[in-house]
Amino acid sequence: MMSSLTATERSRAFMITMTVLLGGLVMAAVGHGDPIGMQGWVVILFTAVVGVVLLKSFDAPDPVEDRSASYYDDPTRVGIIIALIWAVIGMGVGLWVASMLAWPNLRFDAAWSSFGRVRPVHTSGVIFGFGGNALIATSFHIMQRTSRARMPNQVLPWFVLIGFNLFCVIAASGYLMGITQSKEYAEPEWYADLWLVVVWVAYFILYMRTLARRNEPHIYVANWYYLAFILVVAVLHIVNNLAIPASLTGAKSYSAFAGVQDAMTQWWYGHNAVAFFLTSGFLGMLYYFLPKRAGRPIYSYRLSILSFWGIVFFYIWAGSHHLHYTALPHWVQTLGMTFSVMLLVPSWASAGNALMTLNGAWHKVRDDATLRFMMVAAVFYGLSTFEGSFMAIRPVNGLSHYTDWTVGHVHAGAMGWVALISFGSIYALTPVLWRREAMYSWKAVELHFWLALSGTVIYVFAMWNSGIIQGLMWRTYGETGTLKYSFLESMIAMHPYYVARALGGLLFLAGACVGLWNVLMTVRHMPRHAPERDYPTSSEATEPAVPAAE
Amino acid sequence: MSILSLLIPVTLVMGLVGLASFFWSLRNGQYEDLEGDAERILYDEDDRPLPSRTYKSPKEPTP
Repeated sequence: MMSSLTATERSRAFMITMTVLLGGLVMAAVGHGDPIGMQGWVVILFTAVVGVVLLKSFDAPDPVEDRSASYYDDPTRVGIIIALIWAVIGMGVGLWVASMLAWPNLRFDAAWSSFGRVRPVHTSGVIFGFGGNALIATSFHIMQRTSRARMPNQVLPWFVLIGFNLFCVIAASGYLMGITQSKEYAEPEWYADLWLVVVWVAYFILYMRTLARRNEPHIYVANWYYLAFILVVAVLHIVNNLAIPASLTGAKSYSAFAGVQDAMTQWWYGHNAVAFFLTSGFLGMLYYFLPKRAGRPIYSYRLSILSFWGIVFFYIWAGSHHLHYTALPHWVQTLGMTFSVMLLVPSWASAGNALMTLNGAWHKVRDDATLRFMMVAAVFYGLSTFEGSFMAIRPVNGLSHYTDWTVGHVHAGAMGWVALISFGSIYALTPVLWRREAMYSWKAVELHFWLALSGTVIYVFAMWNSGIIQGLMWRTYGETGTLKYSFLESMIAMHPYYVARALGGLLFLAGACVGLWNVLMTVRHMPRHAPERDYPTSSEATEPAVPAAE
Repeated sequence: MSILSLLIPVTLVMGLVGLASFFWSLRNGQYEDLEGDAERILYDEDDRPLPSRTYKSPKEPTP
């Protein structure tokens, strides 16, 4: 893998790795006695492993391949596997925290295993670890294929991929040590945030340089979605993480904003993280892999461009709907609510466009679990964007906010949309990347599909029920005008749903494990195959017409 | 709500960047053959970059 780098590139990569290792050493030295010192050791360990991998093929001869004749796919391959490993970690931790809510004894009474420390490992693990790596890997693939051009550089994609994973590892290990900014989806402290800015700028440069080299005059719509994801996440990340470190030798920092100002910044970030991290980039995935797999162009390409600009201009204003009935001025809440409702238009345009593309290819959806992953993802995208617009309406929010309904909504989006489109794309991509005829086991893809779908449905229904019961119990008054239920009574009412949620999570996690196994087996055991087509879109050769549902 | 004097300008600037790129895409002729653009990603006889740069003149040689 590293032998496809020239000697100059290898030494450059090694220099970068050693520079970061030096940074880790400084953190470990000056931060002695503070959690930042431990984080320094995490950096040292991580970069040492990367350094050893580089050294192993350091003296290999220079590659002789003609670079202009092929795409650079090694980082994509590694990224796909890392994404699946993070999926198993993140969903595994998610299952643990879900079980902890149902059976509090699973807390185990250690400092590091408290709910507040373990939960962000789950959220960051699935959003950044799984989602982020899947986005980076697929974007490397799509930007090269749609531009019909190779990446300009071979070190930069590795820097982006490995650097991003260093951020994920620093974040996850930091949470367990108790390091947090207490900002949803932005928990990592200042030093990790600064590192992510470096990585993200490199990512943006890589993407723009590849587009600039394109041999195809048109920039395919998926690239616009990925670019919006990269650019907007950069701005959001920088503004929301403006903070002053209490000391340069310590992990702790204080936000530049206070009180409701800070809350507004946080949810301006938080909602747009949903918009541009968890939606825009994954729509890019949908707009490339769904037409590819179905073997049909997108139903209305014009509409896909229109909904892109709709999302770009509307989404950014919607964040304040997270702060209904708070100290935030009423007009700002109303502004967020209005834009949230308007967002339904571009969102449903994308979901409808995806489903209409499949119109006429339903037999493929029936036979091909990979395409079915993408179809169901589009359905869940439509469902959860409708639900989101609905929940942003102030009186509805009065019932739903602070209840499990919100949790159910997030997971309808995260499991039903983000994870399913990623799995579908990974199954479509793996045979292409490794030049295999098909996945190792189509039955395992079927199994994964049904595990993932049933897990999502159980999870979401459990949380809808739990959330609405909880919301109603909190607002029920007795005859004397006092609250009828104590908080504890609502907790007891939620218990069966928490058990059901853990079951849904277990099924979903089992699906992810099957997926990781299947991809690894495809890489190791399927015969190499030079396909006449880039994509094995027709499944007749290896798959029977009857799905393995029974 | 002094924070809005930061967030609203930042948001507007992002909107303007979006608008500018939209105008660029219009002038660049990005929307002239939408049907063809949607179809072309499906062509994959050979999974390799195009040999010649028909669109941009090469600025730097491939390493």
